[in-house]
Amino acid sequence: MREKILAVMEKNSRIDIKDLAVLLGESEVAVANEIAQMEKEHIICGYHTLINWDNTSEEKVVALIEVKVTPQRGMGFDKIAERIYQYSEVNSVYLMSGAYDFTVIIEGKTMRQVAQFVSERLSPMDSVLSTATHFVLKKYKDHGTILCDEDQDERMLITP
Amino acid sequence: MRSPLSEKIVAIPPSGIRKFFDLVSEMKDAISLGVGEPDFDTPWHIREEGIYSLEKGRTFYTGNAGLRELRVEIHNYLKRKIDLSYDPDNEILVTVGGSEAIDIALRAMLDPGDEVLVPQPSFVSYVPCTVLAGGTAVPIALEEKDQFRLTPEKLRQNITPKTKILVMPFPNNPTGAIMTRSELEPIAEIIKEHDLFVLSDEIYSELTYGSEAHVSIASLPGMKERTVLINGFSKAFAMTGWRLGYACAPAVILKQMLKIHQFAIMCAPTTSQYAAIDAMKNSDGDVAYMRESYDQRRRFLLHAFEEMGLECFEPLGAFYAFPSIKRFGMTSDEFANRLLNEEKVAVVPGTAFGDSGEGFLRVSYAYSLKSLKEALGRIERFVGHLDGK
Repeated sequence: MREKILAVMEKNSRIDIKDLAVLLGESEVAVANEIAQMEKEHIICGYHTLINWDNTSEEKVVALIEVKVTPQRGMGFDKIAERIYQYSEVNSVYLMSGAYDFTVIIEGKTMRQVAQFVSERLSPMDSVLSTATHFVLKKYKDHGTILCDEDQDERMLITP
Repeated sequence: MRSPLSEKIVAIPPSGIRKFFDLVSEMKDAISLGVGEPDFDTPWHIREEGIYSLEKGRTFYTGNAGLRELRVEIHNYLKRKIDLSYDPDNEILVTVGGSEAIDIALRAMLDPGDEVLVPQPSFVSYVPCTVLAGGTAVPIALEEKDQFRLTPEKLRQNITPKTKILVMPFPNNPTGAIMTRSELEPIAEIIKEHDLFVLSDEIYSELTYGSEAHVSIASLPGMKERTVLINGFSKAFAMTGWRLGYACAPAVILKQMLKIHQFAIMCAPTTSQYAAIDAMKNSDGDVAYMRESYDQRRRFLLHAFEEMGLECFEPLGAFYAFPSIKRFGMTSDEFANRLLNEEKVAVVPGTAFGDSGEGFLRVSYAYSLKSLKEALGRIERFVGHLDGK
């Protein structure tokens, strides 16, 4: 049941538990318990809203930063990552295979704000060797959702 | 001037669906649960193959029977899915949708006077195609008490010395009924006993929701040589607009079908055939995903019917439910018309699929949960009014 609950909720976290139970052919109580248990186990870590900020008047700048680091004695990647992800403006931090170590995704109000974070916070860290900052110009698809899609049913109303 | 028309054609009544379609089209803000095709787009990797074939300039006819590579993939697919082995060179024909396959199979097998048993309610074209092929269609009225399955008794009652073909439309449009192996076995025995042939329309074979996967009647002992198996890409892979299906049959039948196909059609669309190769090879994940989505909505729909007191047997295939409206004392047509006029929801009257569909409606669940909820809310209000609530 877990996989099925997650598959539905990953696409629609606001679904009514009553509806979800009907869709899966389970009882409402069982589904509610399972969700609560998954929250406890940090399988479900939050319920966020997917916002296309481009369609608002709000200015937002998103940058993806490649970070190379040297792990220091007594301080593996996890410790360095922690020093980066504690900043509230940091959205995501991933440890990477390949040419660099961390992908850091950061959100700011202006390019200057992002630049400041990189030059004043990130780069000066002892473990950080180098950074490369890429600004996002346009988001086409995010979290499996196509942002510019018009959802229209083009089928004829009645077909055999 | 004398009549330019064929009497045989003029005598065929237009599709009952067509009549209702015209009504619905005039109503701009109607929402529909009347569609007989998936709401999913064709998976992108399949579309991409079609686009690539166009970029490569593969815009010519293929051989009459279809691309050999596609026929080999159809062979592999059927071997994997229903454990049947058809020879790609002599027993598989790629057609313009399952519909063409129905038409040419009947034309290849019927002589004037031959009778075709058509269990109903069922897809709209078996009867007219039988008539066009010069045969006589004999409907078998299936019943809700049998969960709209064909019973051995019903089959026996309708066999005459002229009977030649039995149409097996399972999983069924419009009822959603399926037939399991143990239910097919006695049917197969009667077929062999009376030396009949079967046209098995298995277009919904991927969409079953019971514990057992679809079983083809052709896979039962001694039945492959008596069966024309019809399937296609429309429902399983959400490819209705590509117009691509296939027929598998003993070489002796297929050879004659190929002759008709060759003169009437030439070959199925080339772009669609290239896309279909990819569909056969790489879509098990997509199909499983779509099946699970349909299954969830199926439960949702049945639950809603139960809540509003609309009696409905549990459909285990395709993407339709077939609720009974008998207790309201209206015909299917009246009910569907009033539902359309009063709540602006379009469903298809059961009678569009044969007289035995009287008292039922076909409700499709090939819709998003959001659309289903909206439409079911309206149906509930309508039923509530009728019940005097």
